[in-house]
Amino acid sequence: MAISPPLQKIWWNEPVEKTELIWIVVAFVWGLIMFFMMIYWHGAGQQNLSNEAYRTTPEAYGAKAQAMIDQYTVRDEAGYPVVHPPVGSDVYLVARLWQWWPILELEKDQEYRLHISSMDWLHGFSLQPVNINLQVHPGYEMVLTVKPNQAGQFGVVCNEYCGIGHHMMVGRIHVVQKP
Amino acid sequence: MTTMTQFRICPTTGRKIDLAAEKLIKANAVAAVIFLAVGGLFGLLVALTRWPAVHLLPADWFYLALTAHGLDVLLVWIIFFEMAVLYFASAILLNSRLAAPKAGWTAFWMMLVGAIITNVAVLQGKSSVMFTSYVPMQAAPHFYLGIILFAVGALIGCGVFFGTLVIAKEEKTYEGSIPLVTFGALTAAIIAVFTIASGAIILIPTFLWSLKIVSNIDPLMYKAVWWAMGHSSQQINMAAQVAIWYAIPAIVLGARPLSEKVSRAAFLLYILFLQLASAHHLLVEPGISSEWKIFNTSYAMYLAVLGSLVHGLTVPGSIEAAQRRRGFNNGMFEWLRKAPWGNPAFAGMFLSLVLFGFLGGISGVVLGTEQINLIMHNTLYVPGHFHGTVVAGTTLAFMALTYLLIPLIFQREILWPRLAKIQPYLFALGVTGISLFMMGAGTLGVARRHWDITFADAPLGFEYPATAFLMMGLNGISAVLAALGGLAFIAVVVGSILFGKKIGATAPAARPQPSGSAVGEYGSAGTLAIPGTAVLVGVFFTAFVLYYFVNWKYLAEIWPLR
Repeated sequence: MAISPPLQKIWWNEPVEKTELIWIVVAFVWGLIMFFMMIYWHGAGQQNLSNEAYRTTPEAYGAKAQAMIDQYTVRDEAGYPVVHPPVGSDVYLVARLWQWWPILELEKDQEYRLHISSMDWLHGFSLQPVNINLQVHPGYEMVLTVKPNQAGQFGVVCNEYCGIGHHMMVGRIHVVQKP
Repeated sequence: MTTMTQFRICPTTGRKIDLAAEKLIKANAVAAVIFLAVGGLFGLLVALTRWPAVHLLPADWFYLALTAHGLDVLLVWIIFFEMAVLYFASAILLNSRLAAPKAGWTAFWMMLVGAIITNVAVLQGKSSVMFTSYVPMQAAPHFYLGIILFAVGALIGCGVFFGTLVIAKEEKTYEGSIPLVTFGALTAAIIAVFTIASGAIILIPTFLWSLKIVSNIDPLMYKAVWWAMGHSSQQINMAAQVAIWYAIPAIVLGARPLSEKVSRAAFLLYILFLQLASAHHLLVEPGISSEWKIFNTSYAMYLAVLGSLVHGLTVPGSIEAAQRRRGFNNGMFEWLRKAPWGNPAFAGMFLSLVLFGFLGGISGVVLGTEQINLIMHNTLYVPGHFHGTVVAGTTLAFMALTYLLIPLIFQREILWPRLAKIQPYLFALGVTGISLFMMGAGTLGVARRHWDITFADAPLGFEYPATAFLMMGLNGISAVLAALGGLAFIAVVVGSILFGKKIGATAPAARPQPSGSAVGEYGSAGTLAIPGTAVLVGVFFTAFVLYYFVNWKYLAEIWPLR
């Protein structure tokens, strides 16, 4: 029994029964398939998170974001600047208590270098309803190249708990057809 | 050294039971159940708040309740119960005296005081930082201090367990190797040591930071090291729960492992590879390379998952073999149909096995895939997954074992046996709903740890699809069912311990005696074939493969990014 010592003292020499052996082999091979699937997707898949990130400070990051906002703001929406940056440019999104700042306006099927960092605590970038989810840290600037392939209005929900105003932290991204 | 160890002889099993070990098992199990009740209540409040039609608590209380829920059930209930399991699997199963009972009591009191301190810190309202307490958000200093005390207590408890193994070996209380269940408990204890070490490495500096002695804690470093504790502690649960999966069929049906070698090797895989699994909490963090993520989250090529997959065959396989030995040999599934489904220990154990595999196991592997994590990270999919592992798996297994501890250790008959009979089913039904509906909502993008998904107070709004709200409502209903199941458990346990009929030496309970005659030789080579288990495992594997690739398809539909 499993609650008594093994009946045979030399239990490690017993032959293993066929059903068990087959399952061990199948499970091991499946593990290998899942391992290589991730590597395969780096070559063949379109959705791979970038490895590009930089150390930064809230001040330095905030200044870069502000420069972009000053240059490319096109209008105001509910008190937020709406920024329409050039195609292919560096776009900065600021996460802070309890806002995603500013509102971004991107063009469909164009690539942008999206930078994200936090000014204070941890935040979670959750692009909805697309459902892309990233962790945002203070002091780290994540850079990823995105290519919005749908037009419309998208929400950026904060999905990392960041204090009492967490549930009010919603941002916005517009994706517009190429003019 | 001078104190005499006192034993009693168990009337049912004929085992020698060290009274000191027995008292410690009782104390730890009772503390565990109390914190399960407290933490479960907080969980119910959380679920009722996330039920959009009810939306029970205000925001500050919601985040407070969520912090307390995580701490009390994920940490306190589970670790207290694991201490009881460790003492049971060492002193009781090895017919030995317990090493250093006084150290065992020191451990118990440190854990209890630590748990109370942290609970007080949370209830004071200045430490609603969630179970994970990610920096730079800061809790009150005694929040961290309580957890540190609790962890050190648990470490001492592991030491008592190791000491007992040494004593039992020296005093030759058993012959040959330790039983498989004790081996599983040993796995849990070894993992606990490096888990608690990781916890100390991160929580002690964080405690000093909260006292303003340390000026800065890097948030990414905190998260990496914290999860070396946070995830590894789930592997303690895993090892303890698998040990229980082997123990209950052994006690109830006289089941034997199919192969000692295979089952023990599977436990060994946990020790060697599970620690790396904690990397899957960092799949969408900045500044970590894909190579590192792939190597670590594939748990060094899924070798730890392999361990679980092996147990997934050998546990039901040993049940099938035992049932066939007892004569339930007709067709593919007579052994399963005629299993003791009315015994809450067996029913709870089997439900735990099935639900852990289908809900928690499959979703965990999918969630831990580097790219797929992009569409799930920090959504409700995550709590959906771990309620499948920690609640449907671990908690249900611990509940099942409790039904055996009450007669064996507390020496009481189960009060309200009919309630006990339906309890595992009721709880399992509720938890299945919780797990599935949260995963469903998460797939639709609903954030975890979120007070208001209508965003009523937000300057910029967003509307989740109506289906998401339906899922949240169904989750609330499931949580009520699970809470009723939990309440039934606590009522039966507390009622039995206080008012259950005492089991005296004259009243040996009836217990099926395993007949060894059907199979002469123990071990795989001599075991009967297990075709039923092979079919069940085939169904599981098919579901696993399909679900895995469906999620790659979902991933392929999101915006291209690199």
